Parts: sequence; structure tokens; C-alpha cells
Amino acid sequence: MHSIPGRRLIMALFLIFLLLPIYWLVNMSFKTNAEIVSTMTLWPHTPTLQHYKRIFTDESWYSGYINSLEYVVLNTIISISVALPAAYAFSRYRFLGDKHLFFWLLSNRMAPAAVYALPFFNLYSAIGLFDTPWAVALAHCIFNVPLAVWILEGFVSGVPREIDETAFLDGYSFPRFFIKILVPLIASGIGVAAFFCFMFSWVELLLARTLTSVQAKPIAAIMTRTVSAAGMDWGLLAAAGVLTIIPGALVIWFVRNYIARGFALGRV
Amino acid sequence: MDKTVNQKAWFLVLPVFLVVAFSAVIPLMTVVNYSMQDTFGNNQFFWNGVGWFKELLDPSTDLGGRFLASLGRNLLFSAIILAIEVPLGIVVALSMPREGWSVAACLVILALPLLIPWNVVGTIWQIFGRPDIGLLGYVLNHLGFDYNYVSNDVDAWVTVIVMDVWHWTSLVALLCYAGLKSIPDAYYQAAQIDGASRWAVFKAIQLPKMNRVLLIAVLLRFMDSFMIYTEPFVVTGGGPGNSTTFVSIELVKIALGQFDLGKAAALSLVYNLIILIVCWVFYTVMTNAGTDRPAKEGVA
Repeated sequence: MHSIPGRRLIMALFLIFLLLPIYWLVNMSFKTNAEIVSTMTLWPHTPTLQHYKRIFTDESWYSGYINSLEYVVLNTIISISVALPAAYAFSRYRFLGDKHLFFWLLSNRMAPAAVYALPFFNLYSAIGLFDTPWAVALAHCIFNVPLAVWILEGFVSGVPREIDETAFLDGYSFPRFFIKILVPLIASGIGVAAFFCFMFSWVELLLARTLTSVQAKPIAAIMTRTVSAAGMDWGLLAAAGVLTIIPGALVIWFVRNYIARGFALGRV
Repeated sequence: MDKTVNQKAWFLVLPVFLVVAFSAVIPLMTVVNYSMQDTFGNNQFFWNGVGWFKELLDPSTDLGGRFLASLGRNLLFSAIILAIEVPLGIVVALSMPREGWSVAACLVILALPLLIPWNVVGTIWQIFGRPDIGLLGYVLNHLGFDYNYVSNDVDAWVTVIVMDVWHWTSLVALLCYAGLKSIPDAYYQAAQIDGASRWAVFKAIQLPKMNRVLLIAVLLRFMDSFMIYTEPFVVTGGGPGNSTTFVSIELVKIALGQFDLGKAAALSLVYNLIILIVCWVFYTVMTNAGTDRPAKEGVA
């Protein structure tokens, strides 16, 4: 009863539509540049690993991945740890200006990164964090913290308040209750929120590129180098692209059962 | 849920408040400051009052013309992708398999485009659409279409729109799927007993249940398409000419390209204001839609 006629066909077509461009990228990453430019081949006829090899042996390439992962992980940790108590507060209590604060947070999730690029550049240069993973991690908080609060609030609201009250009656102090009881109860919610922080920090480029120059340059920015090189190193570009898809794909696999609910921001 | 009034809750919110204030309020102050001034380099600034804002909203000036044109293009773009992605997302959500391993497989593949860095999304389509080395461009040209997104306005638009549909329809589909999953089987059984048609089930059961998530989907898609930057920038660079220059691209051009801080700041503020208003409308609608439901369903 859920479904519609021809659903298998629709789904299959849509999945093919999603996978085809990705397949093309993977396909190109295994071709030699000569093959890419000279002929149109649906699969690599002379498969090569040279592009991957170059990325894994050239420090200026693989350090980009490390830089990216560094600020993404930092950002996820900061976002989740500040968002948890706030999510609890929004879910359980009414306080002065709560609705306004919630809206203000939401509006920051929607703020265009382009508006903040220049002021962030000034701000982080002034406090000496420019070109460090911290600058990007903090900058990404502007959209990830509100998002994490939003998702976690949904999950905390799913926990019956009787549990809080029982715990307090049993003599749990607030911090102990929080860590021993609440956090395990919403573990899946924390996983989902962490997934989203990871995701949005991982895919963002404008701020990450503006706030770094050499030391903390993200992989996504390093990729643009192939464009200016003599001609266009398509194979290398494709291989670098494929490698940026892998962390995301791995993370999705872990949260696959919660993904739908997570995208509804814990509010279904 | 009845919440207790407790002002101490502010202590729990304080870390979030500080972090977001640090990364939102301070930069915004800088923007406000710049928007009132003019600079001739050398860090010398001159008071310009509301001059930039006047220029911005007057289409006869260079700045105003560029801003309003990019705003128009951006609104058109948002309208088109919403018109495609929302119905398509609903159809895909309704087409999800019911159980078994294929559910997980479909979910993972659906989510895949969402996890790809935005410039890589651009790169994928840049390669995919090229007439010489890309499958799409190659096939289209061999079918007799003169497709080239670098030189033709319409082709550039089509590419950017198809790319966005590819990138974000999954989000709408996943949201709708989450909404559909929350419908108890009893509803469907009741509909079956009543002999309701497929369309009636959709209209009377599924659509109302998806209302809330659809609202979130429309909000997120509108906002994200309204501030789209990286993907079209990588694919078309805003061209050919200015045909795919959206507001964010125009803003970055002015701010980081020309270092016209005053103009860029004024544009930023107006841009932010539009977003804030739209956001507020959605928020009001959303919270009102939430109050007429008894309690939140589903537990973590």
C-alpha cells in the first residue's frame, strides 16, 4: 500500500541517474591521460593506478586529506559538545528568550557562507588562527552548532521526562545524570548529529579555502591546482575526487539505519 | 509537552550562545561597519552613510544592476529546482522498497551525493558534461544536440539545474521517506477496508503525514539554493557571460575579487536580511504546524 505502480523502475532509473556521473569519475581516475583525451571509452582499457600513486606519495596532495579530516573532526567535537546541554535546555525548559534564541540559531544555519568569508578572514587573521585547522573548525560552527542543537533537541524530546525525574530522585547530580543516563539514551541521536556535522563540514569549501593558505589547506582546495597546471590533468583530478567521496561513503554506512530520521532533523 | 520555567537553563545554552555569537555577531559587526564606509586602499576608510545601500537598490547603477540581476537569476533558479526536486523527491520516496537489504542499499546510494564535497560535485559534472571527454556531453552531441555548457547560456543553465537535481533530490526523498515511515500500518489497512484508491491514500494519508518534513525540505532547499556558490562556480564560473552568476558568486567577486569592501558589505547585509525574513516566515509556519499536533512521535 505504501508504494506506487512501477516503483522498481522509477527507483532503478533514479539510482542509475545518481550513480552514472560518479561511475564516470571513477572510470576516469583509472585511465591514463592519453586515453582520456584521445578516445571515448566506457571503461578503462589500459587501467592504471598512477594517479592514486601520485596522490599517496606526494605530500602536498595527501596532506590535504589530513588537513580536511583534522578540521572536520575538530568541528564535530566542538559542535556536539556545546550543542548537547543546549539541546537539553531547549527540550526541557522554558526560559527568557528561548524562542528568539532558537530562531536566531536557525537563522545562522541559513546564513550564506559568502557573507562571512571576508569578515572571517579578518577575524581569524587578527587573532592569529588564520591557516590553522582551528579557524576552519570554528568557522564551520556557525552552521553546524545550530544544526546539532536542532537535531539533538528532537532526540532529547523523545526521552520521557520521567527518566530525568527518577534519576534526580535517586540522587544523581545533574552532570552525572547527563553523562550516565541521558547521553547513552540518545546515543543514536548523537551519532546522527555527528554525522551531519561531519557531512556539512566535509562538503563546505568556500570558508575552508578562504581561511587557509598553506599549512591547513583542505584537499578540496588543493584539487583546483590541477586546473592551472600545463593543460588539464584530468586523471589526477578524478582520482582526487574519488578519494574525497570515500570518507562520506564510509560514514553513511555506519548511520544508514538512522539516516532518514536524521535528515528530518529528529522531527518525524 | 509542558515545559517548566527555569532561567538556569541559560547556563546550559551559554556555550552555544558564545560560540555562535563569536562566529556570527562579531563578523556581522565588521560587515555593518564596512557597509557604511568607502575605502581607497591603504586601510583608509571614509564615511559613506547609506550610499552603498542606495546604489545597491537602484538598478541604474553598476552595483545595483549587478545585484538585482543576480538576485533575479537566483530566484528563478530556486523556483525551478524546487519545482523539480520536491515532486521528484516525493515520487522517489514513494518508490522506496519496503523491506530487506535493498532498503539499506537504496538509502546509502541516495545519500551518497549529499556527502560529496561541493566542489567535487562541480568537478564531476564539469567532466561529465564536457563534449570531448564527458559521457553526457559526448552522447548528447552524437545524438545531434549542439550541447556545450561553456559557450551556450541555456546549456549552462540546464547543466547547473540537472546537477542540483542530482545533488539534492535525495535530501527531499530521504525527508519524505522519514515522514512516510512514521505512518502506522493501521492507516493503510483502514484505507483498504474503505476501498480507497491509490490517489486517495496519497492525498488523505501520506501527504498530510509528510507535511512537516516537506516544509523542512522546502526550507532547506530554498535556503541552500539561494546561497549556492561552489557547484556552479566550478562548472561554469558564473558564465557564459554572467548567465549563471548567482548572488553568492557576485558577492564573492566583489568582496574577494575586487576587494570593494563597502559594496560587498552592503550587499551582504541586504542578502542576509532577505534570508532572515524568509527564515522567519518558515519558522513561524513550522512552529504553528507543530502546535496542533498532540506530542512528538517516535523515540530515538
